[in-house]
Amino acid sequence: MSEKKSSIFSIGLIRGLLGMLAGYAVGFGLVSVIRLLQGLPVWAYNPSGNQYGFSEPAWVVGAIFGIIGFILALGVVSDWLKLMDGQQTPEHPADAFPSGVRRYLSASYDHKVIGIQYGVTAILLLGVAGVFALIFRTELAQPELQIVSLQTYNTIMSLHGIVMIAGILLGVAAMSNYLVPLLIGANDMAFPRLNAFAYWINVPAAIVLLSSYFLGGFDTGWTGYPPLSQRAPLGMDMFFLGVIFVGFSSIFGALNVIATAIRQRAKGMGYFRMPIFVWSALATALIALTATQLIGLSFEMVMFERLFGMGFFAPEKGGDPILFQHLFWFYSHPAVYVFVLTGLGVISEILPVFARKPLFGYRWVALSSFGIALVGFLVWAHHMFTSGMASYLRIPFMYSTLLVAVPTGVKFFSWVATIWEGKLSFETPMLFVLGAISIFLLGGLSGPPNATVATDLHLQDTYWIVGHFHATMFGGFVFPFFAAIYYWFPKVTGRMYNEALGKLHFYLMLPAFYVQSLGQMQVGLLGMRRRIADYDPALGITLQQLLITIAAFVIFTSVVIAVVNFVYSAARGPAAARNPWRSRSPEFMLPSPLPVLNYAQPLVVVGEPYDYGTDYAFVNIDPDRKIAAAAEDQPAPEEQAPTAPASSAAAD
Amino acid sequence: MTTETVTLTDYQRKTNTNRLGLWLFIASDLFMFGGLFISRFYLLGTGVRPELNQFLGLAITAILLVSSFFANRGETAMAYGDRKTFERSFLITIALGIVFLVGVVGVEWQTAPYGPGESVVWSLFYTMTGFHAFHVLTGVIFLFIVFRNARKGLYNEERHWPVEAAAVYWHFIDVVWIFFYPALYLIGLPPA
Repeated sequence: MSEKKSSIFSIGLIRGLLGMLAGYAVGFGLVSVIRLLQGLPVWAYNPSGNQYGFSEPAWVVGAIFGIIGFILALGVVSDWLKLMDGQQTPEHPADAFPSGVRRYLSASYDHKVIGIQYGVTAILLLGVAGVFALIFRTELAQPELQIVSLQTYNTIMSLHGIVMIAGILLGVAAMSNYLVPLLIGANDMAFPRLNAFAYWINVPAAIVLLSSYFLGGFDTGWTGYPPLSQRAPLGMDMFFLGVIFVGFSSIFGALNVIATAIRQRAKGMGYFRMPIFVWSALATALIALTATQLIGLSFEMVMFERLFGMGFFAPEKGGDPILFQHLFWFYSHPAVYVFVLTGLGVISEILPVFARKPLFGYRWVALSSFGIALVGFLVWAHHMFTSGMASYLRIPFMYSTLLVAVPTGVKFFSWVATIWEGKLSFETPMLFVLGAISIFLLGGLSGPPNATVATDLHLQDTYWIVGHFHATMFGGFVFPFFAAIYYWFPKVTGRMYNEALGKLHFYLMLPAFYVQSLGQMQVGLLGMRRRIADYDPALGITLQQLLITIAAFVIFTSVVIAVVNFVYSAARGPAAARNPWRSRSPEFMLPSPLPVLNYAQPLVVVGEPYDYGTDYAFVNIDPDRKIAAAAEDQPAPEEQAPTAPASSAAAD
Repeated sequence: MTTETVTLTDYQRKTNTNRLGLWLFIASDLFMFGGLFISRFYLLGTGVRPELNQFLGLAITAILLVSSFFANRGETAMAYGDRKTFERSFLITIALGIVFLVGVVGVEWQTAPYGPGESVVWSLFYTMTGFHAFHVLTGVIFLFIVFRNARKGLYNEERHWPVEAAAVYWHFIDVVWIFFYPALYLIGLPPA
């Protein structure tokens, strides 16, 4: 059946890339014609003078048109265009390919496929950013410059930051997209077409972002502070555009998660019976929905400065560079909670399964996610203690920042109490969860010294901050992300990963990470500045720098082992059991791999989600899908509409 | 987002989800406008504003407010099944929206004494009105699509979510301008 349309252009990604090229051409042409009419030069090539063929406005418009062209050619918005024309379309359009790799390379409206698309893209971007890290870690292994120029170092260091962040955002979206509908007993997200759109906009955005490397790069770090970003090469614009469009994806994805969690819950699933992951996904989505606008706005304002000569952040025109930092950190601090809250939700979700105990203090953990999200909106200026902002602002922001430790502490106490006297077993997902807890503790404890003004004045812009940040990211995202992949791998692929390779991954990554992060903190305290390519041998940190570099290579190797494990096991691994972890979660009542239609029969919530060690069930579900067998031939939408319950009131 | 839904209950259920989605989008967009609004006061305080055509500002503000009335009238008419009033009201809304756009981009921008690069006062003026005008433009397009689909007979008194969505979005744009108008035209004095 899938062999009928075998033309290469039936694959969405290929069409999209061609459309992107066409979009670029249109954009270049449009701006060049306008410039010709204005009598301005159209073509100049001189990389050392920041001229890359077409003019800067042409590149910006070209990139925007390119992204639009990608989306149009891919066909992920064709339903909306039909709706605008007054045609009726099915709520849940059929996929172009029912199975196989091409299904994942084309527009699909199944939340599980989109979740996988997000996840694979995330791992690709994280891998690219990891390679950047390896390059500049090699450079930093010894004092003085050996392998890259200063400009290349700056670009690679900046790209490492922002590509990692884009990858993390996609990884977070992968988990929310795949898991939220499954965990609340829904058949799909609230807005399947918006979901597909939100994923696919990432692909051209990532291409534009990475294209900055070839357009002079940028030397501002991932923060893009003006006035440096006003003067940076053309790559800066591509950085801004890439982030803005990834931001769109983040906003629409968050909107979808909120609407799904509020409107699509199964019968009997009151808010306080939702699996805890859904709570953290909801809190994450609230931040991403609102705060993301501010980073988009701040980057747009710098682009307007570059393109139209505006002066928001230029003192000579009456502007104020501090304003940029306020706008930027109003997103970028809460964004850190976007990165970690989902991961913390994964920890709370998986820990009771392997401890065979109820999650301790479920309601407190659920609300602590919202606590972190809300307090997270009030702390942004702790990034700016040394920026020259009004000094009376320092103390309130110091206290609000320290306040974050309270809801975070709630989570830690819940985890410890859940482990306490549990019957722990140590399969790979559990190892990663425990590793995440220990690393996030390191990240958390190294936070208050940065929040306290007196110590932060010394720590600002040192490698201590780098160590702290990497500990929070590894503990809050990387380890939980891998835990989630290993834990849900049998559900996703229907096959089991290789446990020995999984453990090898963990036992390589954990110690290497500790060497790297503690080493970064130490060299920071000894005087190493962040973001610089060279350091003075007299600092006495050469050995530590070498160890950090070796640790980085070990981490990368362990990730390669994991990816090999995933790819090989997905194709050749042993068939997975229905519920290998004896989980109570509804998705583990379904066959492995998961059927296209999640819940052929609506599930009914009859108990608490984490009552491990009792005989009471969480959900009633027809494990053999008897009704499903009859309905399997039906396409999803007809099935979904009549059976899905109306907005379910809290049942507990 | 209209869909092939079978029963009215389904339609209402889906509409409730859509309504939530629209309001979430508006909440998100408000943060963008809020950021611009706060930037304006952060940079200029309450003492400075651009030197603008006061009569034009008052006129386009009045036009936008009146257009919101007609958007609401059209939506209500559709809810009662009065197609003629609906069509007339939405046409007036679209026309007023276009007049507003011409007033801002076609007149105010062209007659303003300085360009966006002159100083931060003018950067803010062009950016705030530009972002708002872009939303007005999308609103006009949205209203027009809904108007055109209504003429095809796609909506009735029970099923007219797109009509409601277009009207709500239009009101949202209007409310943003209610904050932007005093911030740009009324608060402070032009720099000497």
